[in-house]
Amino acid sequence: MKPKKKKSEFAKQPLEDKILLIIGYTILGLFLVAIILPVIYIILASFVDPVTLQNSGLSFDFSKWTLTAYERVLSNSQIWVGFKNALLYSVLFTVISVVVTLLAAYPMSRADFKGKGFFNTIFVITMFFGGGLIPTYLLIANLGMLDTIWAILIPGAFSVWNMIIARTYYMGIPRDLQEAAEIDGATEMIYFFRILLPVCTPIIATISMWQFVGMWNSYFDAMIYLNSASKQPLQLVLRAILIQSQPQPGMVSDMQSTAARAQLAELLKYATIIISSLPLMIMYPFFQKYFDNGIMAGAVKG
Amino acid sequence: MRKAMANAPAEKGGSKMHNLLVYLRQHWQLYVLFMLPAFALTVIFRYIPMGGIMIAFTEYNPIRGILGSEWVGFAHFKRFLSSPDFMRYLMNTLKLSVYGLLWGFPAPILLAFLLNRILSSKTKQKIQLVLYMPNFISVIVLCGIVRILLAPTGMINMLLGTSTNFMTMPSAFRTIYIASGIWQGAGWASIIYTAALSNASKELKEAAVIDGANIIQQIKAVEWPAIKDTVLIQFIMSVGNIMSVGFEKAYALQTDLNLNASEIISTYVYKKGLLDGDYGFSTAVGLFNTVINVILLISMNALVKKMNDGKGI
Repeated sequence: MKPKKKKSEFAKQPLEDKILLIIGYTILGLFLVAIILPVIYIILASFVDPVTLQNSGLSFDFSKWTLTAYERVLSNSQIWVGFKNALLYSVLFTVISVVVTLLAAYPMSRADFKGKGFFNTIFVITMFFGGGLIPTYLLIANLGMLDTIWAILIPGAFSVWNMIIARTYYMGIPRDLQEAAEIDGATEMIYFFRILLPVCTPIIATISMWQFVGMWNSYFDAMIYLNSASKQPLQLVLRAILIQSQPQPGMVSDMQSTAARAQLAELLKYATIIISSLPLMIMYPFFQKYFDNGIMAGAVKG
Repeated sequence: MRKAMANAPAEKGGSKMHNLLVYLRQHWQLYVLFMLPAFALTVIFRYIPMGGIMIAFTEYNPIRGILGSEWVGFAHFKRFLSSPDFMRYLMNTLKLSVYGLLWGFPAPILLAFLLNRILSSKTKQKIQLVLYMPNFISVIVLCGIVRILLAPTGMINMLLGTSTNFMTMPSAFRTIYIASGIWQGAGWASIIYTAALSNASKELKEAAVIDGANIIQQIKAVEWPAIKDTVLIQFIMSVGNIMSVGFEKAYALQTDLNLNASEIISTYVYKKGLLDGDYGFSTAVGLFNTVINVILLISMNALVKKMNDGKGI
């Protein structure tokens, strides 16, 4: 039923529109293929045996396919340490960041808040100007936060951008709610926690998702502030394997020759990519609508 | 008369003070509970480092501190600006972001127009699911994928029937950086335009179709006006960020052999400062970068104000 309807719509179009549509759909199709093809390639190649992979790339000689890469990656403790740390940092960072940001957005959303202009200026300046890498690093060092998780969690906890988005959202909540609460003698705290926050769950979910994914996927702060292997988040472990081609201790060391170790290290990259991306890939379709909401909230502000 | 005139301002000032105190007593929670955490974090982690910019004018010695270190004035800036590498790093940074903007900016707009032409909303949703997926891959994994696909025996060489090692070619770096950026981000960035397009008046569009407008005419009359403002805002924001090319991705795509094209100011600041310990020099280079960025942003905003009847952002 449906394809037929679509076809007739297409047939109704004038010739030049048809040509345009065909070109357009082709571009879109190529882009989709360009996204899907590498993913399929990496999934397939992660099963190929290391020698074949290095010599001729992907092969469909299924008799030689192997699960060794997955076994080695999954049985490596550093990967699991990375996962555990990434989860810990992402959850804590999300909680701290969202609390600080939502709190600050509330006074900024009130028309009668005295000092709003002052705070606004102070915050907005930091979006465009900063001390830069070295002064920030030296401050963290002087505060004794090097190689502690606080260096990852605290300095970036307050996001001006997210504050603006939350503030815009608060301002869209009908004033009657607040006036009613004030007449009832509710204090700021009660109004904020009992009345305002419950109606703001969409934007809270959105900001939380952003912060979580942002922390989960970043590596720079961890790279400069954390030294201990036991504190490394997943992305740093991945960096060693994928970018520096330095597999974790024990992953390839049982191989006899240097060549065999290098070949295996190469294969491990494929399995590592799949294993490390799987959690977010599976979760993302469920959270997609929150991300969409947030993008729209940002657009409203702009 | 005189007395009244003299008293009036004082009284007014006094009651103003009084009103403020009453306000503060009633609303102290707003300041202490709501504002203080964010304010303290901003002052400590954003403004104190701004004071640390002084390091750029000293031969910084961590033991003696900023004030105890030798004051060298603009020596670091002179050294950087007169070094032969300066132009290369600056141009690498600018080329990466300007070319990135030229290719990367139109891509999501084009995608949004194409998506808007898909009539079945179920098909559209499925396509969007695929388009957005790369956005959730981390920088490290993205660069890992890029390195694998571009390896001499990787997928790209397999398709081309060659065995070129792209990651060692300086001439390929920018293409790799920008293409992988579009691969990862164009779908996601199209959301905002898709949303703006869906806000385009349906009646207007139907009227245009009944009037026999073809696709080009529909785009001109209905769809482009609906997203024009969004495009403009996105463009200004992109230009404002031109000097802040992401460190993470450039660093993860660097190899010893492509540094000629891949060394940008932010990676240079990191290497000079944290790896070589040349704090003063590195801070000076970073400051130079920030100042250019601020100048670009201010002039861009002024330009838009002029074009947009006095409305900036």
